[in-house]
Amino acid sequence: MGAYVNPIYLYKAPTDLKATPPLRKPLIVIGAGPVGLAAAVDARLQGLEVLVLDDDKTVSVGSRAVCYAKRALEVLDRLGVGQPVCDLGVSWNIGRTFLEEEEVYQFNLVPDPGHKRPGMVNLQQYHIEEMLIARALELGADIRWQHKVTAVTRHDDHATLTVETPDGTFDIEADWLVVADGARSPIRRHLGLDIEGRVFQDRFLIADVIMKADYPAERWFWFDPPFHPNQSVLLHKQSNNVWRIDFQLGWDADPEEEKKPEKVIPRLQAMLGDDRPFELEWVSIYTFQCRRMTDFRHGRVLFVGDAAHQVSPFGARGANSGFQDTDDLMWKLALVMQGQAPDKLLDTYAQDRQFAADENIMNSTRSTDFITPKSRTSKTFRNQVLALAKHYPFARKLVNSGRLSVPSFLTASLLNTPDAEAFEGQMVPGAPMDDAPVQVNGREGWLLDQVGKGFACLLFADAGPSAEVLAQLQALQTGKLPVTPLIVAPRALSVPGVQVIVDAQGWMAKRYDGKAGTTYLLRPDQHVAARWRQLSAAQVQQAVAHATCNA
Amino acid sequence: MHTTLLKSDPNFHEPGRRFFRDFSPGDDFYEALIEAHNGLSDEQSEAFNARLILLLANHIGDLRVLREALHAAKATV
Repeated sequence: MGAYVNPIYLYKAPTDLKATPPLRKPLIVIGAGPVGLAAAVDARLQGLEVLVLDDDKTVSVGSRAVCYAKRALEVLDRLGVGQPVCDLGVSWNIGRTFLEEEEVYQFNLVPDPGHKRPGMVNLQQYHIEEMLIARALELGADIRWQHKVTAVTRHDDHATLTVETPDGTFDIEADWLVVADGARSPIRRHLGLDIEGRVFQDRFLIADVIMKADYPAERWFWFDPPFHPNQSVLLHKQSNNVWRIDFQLGWDADPEEEKKPEKVIPRLQAMLGDDRPFELEWVSIYTFQCRRMTDFRHGRVLFVGDAAHQVSPFGARGANSGFQDTDDLMWKLALVMQGQAPDKLLDTYAQDRQFAADENIMNSTRSTDFITPKSRTSKTFRNQVLALAKHYPFARKLVNSGRLSVPSFLTASLLNTPDAEAFEGQMVPGAPMDDAPVQVNGREGWLLDQVGKGFACLLFADAGPSAEVLAQLQALQTGKLPVTPLIVAPRALSVPGVQVIVDAQGWMAKRYDGKAGTTYLLRPDQHVAARWRQLSAAQVQQAVAHATCNA
Repeated sequence: MHTTLLKSDPNFHEPGRRFFRDFSPGDDFYEALIEAHNGLSDEQSEAFNARLILLLANHIGDLRVLREALHAAKATV
């Protein structure tokens, strides 16, 4: 056992970036946290040149964001780091909630089988950042450490950045600027942009503890446990024998005092209930706010992640929603930058992710209000929900110790083509795609690994396509915005020039209400754009035009 | 606990509205309930709760259900 040692990334003098007049870059990302790095990796996958500027020279100090939800893992799969994250992290699906010492509620994040990724993987933020940095560099992203952006000036068709380095200050321009500089976002403040919401008056202590323990890989949450009366406690397992323990302290707690080991260690000893040895890796006191920027887009400047929106930590909706921001943004930005879609496509980034941010804020606020009731009446209701939960299923469903991050159904997205026919199930236009086990070229695989590079069209079939259908599928591959056709069949078929996905176990047919002829148009970010009961290349192309603001 | 008429499974719903997450309709109600108490003193909240129970009890009407609910509330301490 041993504590994590932060790597130091080498500073490179900006001799190649300094110029008069200033250099113009197509895309600059400010901030090499998980979300900025995801933007950079995605940019490279979309074929965009990208420069990342970060004021620091290392990854996260302390574990910080540790819970990565299924949808974020699927995004990380598309970015090429999903597997190492899952290999090093701790996968879990079960959450248990205790009142005092008794379990009152249990949830399973992924009750259905047939998904590549689990409900959640716990992994320290510094590990994820290291993996994303390696991936971004491998793909040719240019990351500059100790490059602090101190000013941004917005113009109609670019932004000018002032950058401070150990070798002095210089200006550089960007056609497009992605701001991922975190919750305090100096750039957001510098530009004087609004972020509004609610401040919560409560303090929490995070202790990352290195110890040998055989608790299961589950999320354990206590209301009013005997070892920390009248407050809540949360336990998470991380990789390499590190455990995250989170104690609610109340608003009156003195943050400097509570951080001291002589205060933290007795709390941990009371919780662990024995004299097992442990080491403190990281201790932090935090408060939080639930708020978002009014608009995530300001012309050529696009805000992502915590810079744009913040939530309470109950629900792991911070970093997870940040990954979904860049997942939504980068394909749109690439189409606009490559001249394949009009500028207004980026307004839909702001609209869709503001909608998602509101949902995340709503859910994390509800959890916070349940965990830390603000009035006597609210506390009475909370405690009586917990009392009823021992006996009644309806009350168990009301127990809210955190509604864990799930992706939004973007049902109001302007990019959707509304259904004209009846479908069962949840894969409505705007839905994040459900995964399913499939076979491809005779090998076991997963649906989501087959899509996510440009637009795709799924056609459910029970036999090989007619010449007419095949011609329509082939027509989709040509044209201004090519669509990759995929045939979904219950058994292997040989179709020239079209990939066949074998849905041998029928999960896709069930989840997508797929019958012969059912056609889905899928966005590059694995959301449903449109669906029909019969294939028509003209309809698919029209829906692609609609989903890219070209119609 | 054995009940016959009183619903004890999750039952919050809204006709015509689609919920993609099973916790959402219950959370919608719970939030509305707590919000309705915002700004009330403890005494006002108590009176509010009494009015709410009376309104809901009349809506349910079936005395057998109400007796079961009274019993369930009393038995859960």
